[in-house]
Amino acid sequence: MPQQVSNRIEWALLLLAVLVPFLGIYPIFAMKLICFAIFACAFNLLLGFTRLLSFGHAAYFGVAAYATAWCRLRLNLPTELSVLAGVALSAALGFIIGMLASRRTGIYFAMITLALAQCVYFFCLQAPATGGENGLQGVPRGSLFGVLPLQSDFTMYYVVLIIGLLVYLGIRRIVHSPFGQVIKAIGEHEPRAISLGYSVDHYKVLAFVLSAAIAGIGGSLKALVLGLATLSDVHQSTSGEVILMTLLGGTGTFLGPVIGSSIVITLQEYLSDSVGSWVSVIIGCIFVVCVMLFRKGIIGEVEAYVARRSSKTNA
Amino acid sequence: MTTILGYPLPAILGQLILGLVNGSFYAILSLGLAVIFGLLRIVNFAHGALYMVGAFVAHIILVNFGISYWFALIVAPVAVGILGVGIERAFLSRLRGLDPLYGLLLTFGLALIAEGLMQQKFGSSGMSYPVPALLQGVYNLGFMIIPIYRLWVVVVSISVCIATWLVIEKTSLGAILRAATENSQLTQAFGINVPVYLTATYAFGVGLAGLAGVLAAPITQVSPLMGSSLVVVVFAVVVIGGMGSIMGAIVSGIILGLLEGLTKVVYAEASTTVIFIIMAVVLLVRPVGLFGRE
Repeated sequence: MPQQVSNRIEWALLLLAVLVPFLGIYPIFAMKLICFAIFACAFNLLLGFTRLLSFGHAAYFGVAAYATAWCRLRLNLPTELSVLAGVALSAALGFIIGMLASRRTGIYFAMITLALAQCVYFFCLQAPATGGENGLQGVPRGSLFGVLPLQSDFTMYYVVLIIGLLVYLGIRRIVHSPFGQVIKAIGEHEPRAISLGYSVDHYKVLAFVLSAAIAGIGGSLKALVLGLATLSDVHQSTSGEVILMTLLGGTGTFLGPVIGSSIVITLQEYLSDSVGSWVSVIIGCIFVVCVMLFRKGIIGEVEAYVARRSSKTNA
Repeated sequence: MTTILGYPLPAILGQLILGLVNGSFYAILSLGLAVIFGLLRIVNFAHGALYMVGAFVAHIILVNFGISYWFALIVAPVAVGILGVGIERAFLSRLRGLDPLYGLLLTFGLALIAEGLMQQKFGSSGMSYPVPALLQGVYNLGFMIIPIYRLWVVVVSISVCIATWLVIEKTSLGAILRAATENSQLTQAFGINVPVYLTATYAFGVGLAGLAGVLAAPITQVSPLMGSSLVVVVFAVVVIGGMGSIMGAIVSGIILGLLEGLTKVVYAEASTTVIFIIMAVVLLVRPVGLFGRE
């Protein structure tokens, strides 16, 4: 029953997403939203299913954005190769950090990922290739496979939407695969998974690399959509935001990160002009409310509500 | 000029003194984190924000009421401690028994609120806090010059750290705390009101952060974001030292401060990242941390 409700919301969202360019919604804003939804879904793969809290996910998002922007600007590589390079780099970074962080569990895992992401941030701040405080600007979108020019926001929107959909379905596929079942088992009870003979560390690192790579897809697309990669993409505040998106929408649900990122990005977009630094206060308050009052998140609560109601009517 | 491995000695000593000052801050902050974590099993992300609040309390009472640095050394930690009591009673006590990740996320949210409110009130730029008259001036050691205030910071921090260590290891109050760390249910069964100790411990831990804030005010600019990247470095210090050990937190804080200072001489570009790199190496060689237990 709760699954049905989520399915209906999914279809409604899909319909909305397809119609976006005709509804007068600013397409760049909608694309930015999809990029962050991809990022949040990637993060959720780790927190929601493997129960690993990475407090430095902006590193993979931001590094991919830088790499894609750099490949487009300096090497003049084709668009799809630039995206691929970004994703590969964030996967490689995810492998290194995942290897290190998975040597500890629980709260330490969060602190280590945070500290190493800070290290990445300082690297990006100082490395000559990243353009320092200015970042990399004016990234040309180019064309897809050399045939489909992406300059128009209309075309770009549908390309981003299709990639977003593929990622969403891909994550569903991963979670429902045998591999996904194992990482869920690790998330639920790690000692049990170990005693069943799974080499837990390998699975954790693999889940981490997958999550980092998918976050990289979001980052690379973001660099193309907005035409820039900046320090804020790798900053710890972005890592905090992606946690909030997932927590608010509902960790461990497929739709949750999509809903959560839509709300957070919309809030930022419309509030930052009018209220300035109150945004940080508001985000902090949402964090506190989520942790104290509804830890299941919006989608989690909706599903729980529907489950309660249907069990009542059946009884 | 005397040199060591090709680096001028005064430069090395100068950076070592700076490193010692930074190390004192790392020590006092990671001590607070370790004390809180030991008993409450919560990683207090708000530690950096509360350090900032401590510095602001000193600034505000000086500007508005003319209350001097010496009183601020008492007033600010107490104020931050009272804030800590509020946080613990209102939020953290309700999260007991849940995944400790929620404590981390909650305190992260609180840090954002505190930093946002301060930015709203005071703007993002830093404000300077005068060095108290008694501690102005420098010592001239002949080969180098040391500002007296920096020595004072090192002396106060190390004294506070050692005093805390003595209280925890050598007094009956410390025995209760250690017992509650080991097994809080059993301790409660002996008629000890553990929740009160939890609140007091949190208040004390963040009070230390507030004290560090006052000590830092005359050295660094007082600004809303002064604690936000510091807390990440302190996390790394705690991972390196091993969170279980009080002495480990103090010693690794100071050593890492010194190493960071040395890095500024040898390869300045790496000085912001050296602690994180050391953390990575420690994780590879000894995952539980230098002073941690299995």
